Order: sequence, then C-alpha cells, then structure tokens
Amino acid sequence: MSANGKLLDIQHVTVEFHIGGLVGGTRLTAVNDVSFSLESDKPEIFTLAGESGSGKTTLSRLLLRDLEPTRGKVLFEGRDLSTIRKRSEFNQFIKKVQPVFQNPFETFSPLRRVEAYLFDTARNFGRSSNRRDAAKVVDDALRDVGLSLDEVRLRYPHELSGGQIQRVSVARALISKPRLILADEPVSMVDASLRMEIVNLFQKLRDEQNVSVIYITHDLATAYYISDRIGIMLRGYIVESGPVEDVLERPAHPYTQLLKESIPEPVPLKRASWAKHIALGTTEVKEYGRIGCKFAGRCPQVMDICREADPPDFQVGRQTVKCYLYSEHIEKNAAEVPS
Amino acid sequence: MTLLTVQNLRAYYRTRAYGISRTVRAVDGVSFDLFPNEIYGVAGESSCGKTTLIKVISANIKPPLKVLEGSVNYTFGERKVDMLHISQNELRRDVRWKEISYVMQGSMSVLNPVRKVIKTFQDIVDTHEHITNKKKFLEQTRAHINRLGLPTDVLNAYPHQLSGGMRQRIAIALATVFQPALIIADEPTTALDVVVQRGVLQMIKDIQAVSSNTVLLVTHDMAVHANVADRVMIMYAGRIAEEAPTESIFNSPLHPYTQHLIRSLPVIGDRSIKASLKGTPPNLADPPNGCRFHPRCPYVMDVCRTEVPDLVLVKERHRVACHLIKENSL
Repeated sequence: MSANGKLLDIQHVTVEFHIGGLVGGTRLTAVNDVSFSLESDKPEIFTLAGESGSGKTTLSRLLLRDLEPTRGKVLFEGRDLSTIRKRSEFNQFIKKVQPVFQNPFETFSPLRRVEAYLFDTARNFGRSSNRRDAAKVVDDALRDVGLSLDEVRLRYPHELSGGQIQRVSVARALISKPRLILADEPVSMVDASLRMEIVNLFQKLRDEQNVSVIYITHDLATAYYISDRIGIMLRGYIVESGPVEDVLERPAHPYTQLLKESIPEPVPLKRASWAKHIALGTTEVKEYGRIGCKFAGRCPQVMDICREADPPDFQVGRQTVKCYLYSEHIEKNAAEVPS
Repeated sequence: MTLLTVQNLRAYYRTRAYGISRTVRAVDGVSFDLFPNEIYGVAGESSCGKTTLIKVISANIKPPLKVLEGSVNYTFGERKVDMLHISQNELRRDVRWKEISYVMQGSMSVLNPVRKVIKTFQDIVDTHEHITNKKKFLEQTRAHINRLGLPTDVLNAYPHQLSGGMRQRIAIALATVFQPALIIADEPTTALDVVVQRGVLQMIKDIQAVSSNTVLLVTHDMAVHANVADRVMIMYAGRIAEEAPTESIFNSPLHPYTQHLIRSLPVIGDRSIKASLKGTPPNLADPPNGCRFHPRCPYVMDVCRTEVPDLVLVKERHRVACHLIKENSL
C-alpha cells in the first residue's frame, strides 16, 4: 500500500505530440496539466468523458505506461511509472492495472479459441503453475462475470455474442487480481439489449471485489448510471470534475452544460429544447492551438479574458471547474451553482 | 400517396462452400410504406437485418444476397420504379443519387483521403450530370454548402484536416446535391459524441424540413429516434416487431422487445437499476421457430414457440407483431 493512501495519483500531467513534417510542423498538447487521483481504500468508478479527440485515450495510454508524459508524474501506489524500467517491475505493475478495450472482436484473434487467452494470462501472471490450477483460476474469473469455463470452452470469438465476449474480456482482466481496470469505451460496440449487463458488471466488481474502474466513454447516460465521480475532458483539459450527480445534474462549465443538453432524451415531448441550434467546431487542430480557454470559440458566455489565458481551476460546490465565469462567484456564493 | 411500398420482402444470404450450404434469413417477410415528407426511423440491434433492408431498397443486391420474394416499388412524382427489376443503366442514370442517396456511418471512408473535398463533389456531380461549365459547378456547390450552413473553406480542405462531425456533415452535403426524394442515413452519428451528433442530426432535420423529402434514419439509439423521427420501426431478427408514430411508440410500447429497449435506457437523474435482456440475439442462419423473440421474452406463451405472430394494426398507424396483443387486442 502506498504512503499517501492513493491508488492512482496523476499530478499535472502534460503530453505533447509533434504533428506535421520533420521540419516545421506544430506541437499538439493532447493532455494538458491534468491531475486527479483515486483513493486506495475506497474503490470507485471514475469516468473520463469527452468528445472524440479530447485526449481521453492518450490519458489512458499514460496510465498503462504505454506512453510517457512530457511533463508531470503518474504515480501508482506511490510509485512513479517512469521509474519502472525492468521487465519484472512492469509485470508487477501491469498485474494490478488491467485494460478492457473497446471492440471485443478485435481484442481476440478470430483464429484462436478465447479460452487460450485466459489460460495464457493465468500462466503469464503466475497465478497457476499447471493446467489444472489454471482451469480453476480461469473458471473463477469467468464466474465473476456471469459465465463459466464450460460455456466458453472450445469456442472461437465469432461463436459468442458481443455481450458475452466483452464479459470474457473483463474476465481476462480479472485473472491477475487487479486493483484498477481501465475500460476504454467498453460498451460502445455492444448491442443495446446487452449493454446494461456490462455496465452492471463494473458496479458489481467495485462493490464485491474492491476493484476501481476508470471508465472512458462519450456516453454520458451510462456514465451517470454507474460512476461515482466524473471528469469532463475538452481538448486535453479536464474542464470540470466532481461527483457525477453534481456534474451532470447541475453542470457548471458551459461545455458540460452543452454536453448535458445534447444528450438526446428518450422522451419525444422534450424534443424542442434538443432541437435548438448549436455551433460546432470545424477542425480539431484549430481548437487545440487556441490560446486561452479551448471552448471560447463556441462558448455562449465568452468574455475577453477567456481568449487571453488558460482559465485556472475554481471550486464550485463539490465541483472543480476550469472557467472564468466562476472567478468572482467564488467569494460571493460558493455554494450556489447557476444552472 | 406513398413514396415507397415494400411488400412481403424476403432477402436471404445464401452461401455454398465445400458442399455445405448456409442460409442467413436477414430480411424475412417485411412490409412497410414510406410517405413523402417524413423522417422514418429504423431501430434494432446489430445483425437484425437493418443494413440488408437498406441494401435491398436501394437496389444494391449482390451475391450472396438474394431476394426470394416480395416487391420494392417507388413513386417519384409521376414516375414509378420497380427497384427489383431495374436495369443497372437506368438505376445509375435516373435513380441513384438523383432520387435516392445514402449517408454512411464512416464518413472517413466516404471521402477520398488524397483529394480535396471539392474534388469529391466534382466526381459525384460529373458522374451523374456531366459538368460542362466548371465555373457554374463551383458556384452551385458553394451555394449548396452555404445553404447547409457549412463554411465554404471546407471545400479546399483534405478530409483528415476536418473534424469527425464536419466530415459527416460533408457526407450529408454530398448526398443532397441533387435534392433526392429519399435520403437513407445508416447510423450517421454512431461514432460521434453527443454534441456533434446533435449538430449532424439537426442538419438532417433542417434539410428535410426545407426540401420536404423523406429521410430513412437507421440507428440503434432509441433516444435519437425520440428526438428526430416521425415514425419508428423496430426490427428484431429480420422481422418488424413494431411500427408506430414516435409519440405512440414511446408512450405506449406494445411489443415486449420495444418495452425493454425503451425502459433500459439510462437517463440522467434516474439511478434505478436497469437490466439487460437475458439471452442473446438469435443467429439468423438458424432462427428460433414461431416468434423469433420468444427465447428472450418475459411473457412467453406456448403459441409463441410455434406460430409466427402477424403484424397487426392495433390502433391508428400502430402495428405490432405479438401474440399477446392479438389475444387481448386493445
């Protein structure tokens, strides 16, 4: 257990990519000064939400040590990920942080039986030394996700439904007994009638196995349904974060307000508000290169200062908001959140 | 007056290899009408036959897809077109893009990555109406782009320079150059986030409102249908489960599958537990007997296992295929 009681601690992380040719080209800041942490003793589901190209996947690659931050630190159980150099150390780390990917049919090779992946994982992470032990470990993991070894034995990926194979993918992640699961859009490729079973599964893992989950998605309705806290990302920044009820029921940042308003509700009577016209960004690179608040070009409440410098974090109620609108509100009425 | 009448359509995929033949019953006895000036939503999960249905009604039938039965008839003003017996020449010259156009899911694969957007417009216009006056073509294209509320500088951009939402809107602009009578949009916003989705769907609605054509909107997202469609059809395993005006289907869904689809949607402000349906969508190469939903249905009866329920009209414009409804009809 770490010294500061944090399972995962991300401190002012910035990732820059170079885009364009060898000569010239520009720098693109895909993740910009992002900080958040997960407590070690309290498992939770933390959602990172945002539109495509907001830096969600880059951030998840950082957490898997697939990418090193340009600046800042990622600490897992108190250890800086950039100090992991040896293969054995990395194995120790990846045992505790396991990914679940978006498309389960791409996760598994179509020419290999799915159980082979589960047995390999059990062997590679030293959970079992022989095949019989491995079968037990694999079966336990599959039972945790509501399947059993008998159901998936000798099956190829195409013989399972999208929901089943995504559950196998979660079972594979569970074999090494992780503390943290990183799920990158785990339900977007799963059929609507099976989606909720995956989502419910993450909740069950949190409650019964004390596994924390970082749930990366652009689907705010399921995010609201399962998560405890949420961070809304826009062009590399976390513009608003806090408990999911606060952020999604009373969004403070104009971008979150726009997001919330844009979620289509399954109620035909409420069409009118959704049909209100909105401005969309033309190109992603343009918004990334903008000085000051990245949302300034589309914000209905834009002020001069927004175009000059990056807004700092302001505390509004239980939410942290990156928006100048709250710079004077802070002393006057800290508790009141305008809707 | 109808725009399109589909009657008892059966379209199967037949493959034969090494003496083993396999039939996938992707569309199995589907009948519906499309009227001018409406947005018609088609919902259903993957592999329920949505895409096959679109392929057939746009006369894009290639082996192993085969139409066994049924008819697909269009009425474009005075002209009647039998889509299943149309010559390739006539299809290309008079129908495709002029009367029926298609917006696909992956806008990145629609646009040629090494050509500027304007060149893609040029290719399409040139194929259907030979461009003789390039200046006039440019003017018309700019006017078209402006009418749709897009900045004209996108015409000189390469597809990779544009955001996903902008590319999708260009794909829609491409599909509407000739003001077609029917625009088929197959999951136009599935890969996009909510804000962009809203912008793209608003654009489709605006185009529809201005030119009063018909939009066939296919998506699995019921919340989108609630906000965009005038009528919704729910497909399950190659058949129509229910079809009704949007308000009717959301306020009083009759088929157990529709009820599940609507009730299982997570909504902000409601954290009650939502369940998935048990079981999995059927394999269309070997569909269950009787009602294809019966293995997953919470109200299954004996009759469901043996008899296929008919699609019956229960109230105004509301059709449903379920034995429950037939017995104690409303």
